Amino acid sequence: MTDVIVRIRGLAKSYRRGGQSVPVLEDLDLDIRSGDFLALMGPSGSGKSTLLNLIAGIDKPDRGTLEVEGVDITRLGESDLARWRASHVGFIFQFYNLLPVLTALENVELPLVLTSLGRRERRERAELALSMVGLSDRVKHYPSELSGGQQQRVAIARAIITDPTLLVADEPTGDLDRVSAGEILDLIGRLNSELGKTIIMVTHDQRAAERAHSIVNLEKGALVRAT
Amino acid sequence: MFLRLVLRNALRHKLRTALTVLGLVVAILAFGLLATVVDAWYAGAEGASATRLITRNAISLVFPLPTTYREKLRGVDGVTDITTSNWFGGVYITEKNFFPQFAVDGESYFRVYPEFVIRDAEYKSFMRNRKGAIVGRKLADTYGWKVGDVVPLRGTIYAGNWAFEVEAIYDGRDAKTDTSQFFFHWAYLNETVKRQMPRRADTVGVYIVNIADPGRAAELSMGIDEQFRNSLAETLTETEKAFQLGFVSMTEAIVVAIRVVSYLVIFIIMAVMANTMAMSARERLSEYATLKALGFLPRRIGSLVFGESLMIAAIGGSLGVALTFPVAAKFGQAMGSLFPVFNVSPETVLLQAACATTIAVVAAIVPAIKASRVRIAEGLRAVG
Repeated sequence: MTDVIVRIRGLAKSYRRGGQSVPVLEDLDLDIRSGDFLALMGPSGSGKSTLLNLIAGIDKPDRGTLEVEGVDITRLGESDLARWRASHVGFIFQFYNLLPVLTALENVELPLVLTSLGRRERRERAELALSMVGLSDRVKHYPSELSGGQQQRVAIARAIITDPTLLVADEPTGDLDRVSAGEILDLIGRLNSELGKTIIMVTHDQRAAERAHSIVNLEKGALVRAT
Repeated sequence: MFLRLVLRNALRHKLRTALTVLGLVVAILAFGLLATVVDAWYAGAEGASATRLITRNAISLVFPLPTTYREKLRGVDGVTDITTSNWFGGVYITEKNFFPQFAVDGESYFRVYPEFVIRDAEYKSFMRNRKGAIVGRKLADTYGWKVGDVVPLRGTIYAGNWAFEVEAIYDGRDAKTDTSQFFFHWAYLNETVKRQMPRRADTVGVYIVNIADPGRAAELSMGIDEQFRNSLAETLTETEKAFQLGFVSMTEAIVVAIRVVSYLVIFIIMAVMANTMAMSARERLSEYATLKALGFLPRRIGSLVFGESLMIAAIGGSLGVALTFPVAAKFGQAMGSLFPVFNVSPETVLLQAACATTIAVVAAIVPAIKASRVRIAEGLRAVG
């Protein structure tokens, strides 16, 4: 619980807009401990999603270092970074991002296609993951046949199937009604408390953020407050 | 899982996929039919024997050669057999019933053309009947003739009403053999010509010269023509293939036009397919971004697009190729004796398959590159 799993130093990121460079993150330092449940908050454009993308290895910073379990992922090439994501990061998106042509079971199984596991073992693991999120009876359903809350549960099962180091969640309740949002937050909380997963969650919702152990506020690309 | 994903993606928009497959079927079918028409155009040349030379009047094919040349030709070293043929040009009921008719030396002609397979008994009947005729199977089927029928022809080159009795029906030794021809005795023609146009008697249209060694074709051709230099009827000798290609070259512009159209059809369907793949890839950018986020490499994302394109092309291409055979058979029947040999060749099927594959690959290149290069963060934002 006390080990630093994510160490960020001097991280900067800017985007080009209309020929001009617009800074999003500037010289950001942050440590995230193993087993932490961290909420990233801030107004739109504050850089919280950009920070999450950088930590998850789906975007590259302009400068600075970003170490996850001692590996500076800013130095990894595209292929190595893809392999790193496959084994170290579980993604939970606001709009679930399930593949509509695959069943719940197949969606959950998808990340395991990149492993050396056989088809049968992949299936067994996917079924187990779906049972952990309470969807054992929905394995053959397509995303369009599931409610928003159920789709997000499938997405969470997909996120944990590879037993990743980090779980990153970008507005995981942003597209859900209040009841479903509560259930998803309960589930995410259990992943942290029962499985010890390190979770980094971007949210606008104060109530969602209150489920986290710590809250980091970002404003204009800088860390303004950490609680 | 990969193939399942490719298949389900291909079937995601059923109407769009069905229309694209239909377009491919039509394009591959049209390409196959047009290629078969071009093949049919060259069928005479393709079916030509390397051991046969054609000797004709050097001025033009319409001028005959005297029958006295036969013995001189027989004396040429390397010549193994000789026969003759005369274009008759008769009309069967109406002009639209066109088929080639030749007055031949029945005794030698079918020796020189062993690809015309005739039953012994029928051949003997033909040889006994001076008004007898041998007709090809396709021709007989076209007009419903059978042995014993009388076929009236109105002469155009050789004026008058002629009547021939079908004594034999020949089959082709192989699919390349033209079975739409009509043969009768030159002697019968010559008898009549002697009475009506004595000056045109004892002449033949061409000599068909069988040689032992195809490698000596050029040398023998020159030797034959040299023999008749400065005679009343100088000759032009060439291989049977060159002789046939001479006819094809007269209509080469049509062949070129057909070829251009067939490739245009392929180009158009390629554009349609590329549009389909581009639309599909654009709609799925967020899914490709998700797959990339999960750790899928760009080449795997690209191969999803290629796989889908290849699958659609494989379905459409296979159906197109399969349909080519029955449609070509019907088309060949409808064309009657215009295309004596109208068969879909293995080369045409290979070309169709190559076209379908090329369409799939070319159509998928740009969408696959775009899909594989999608920036994850931007692609994910494409949702909602």
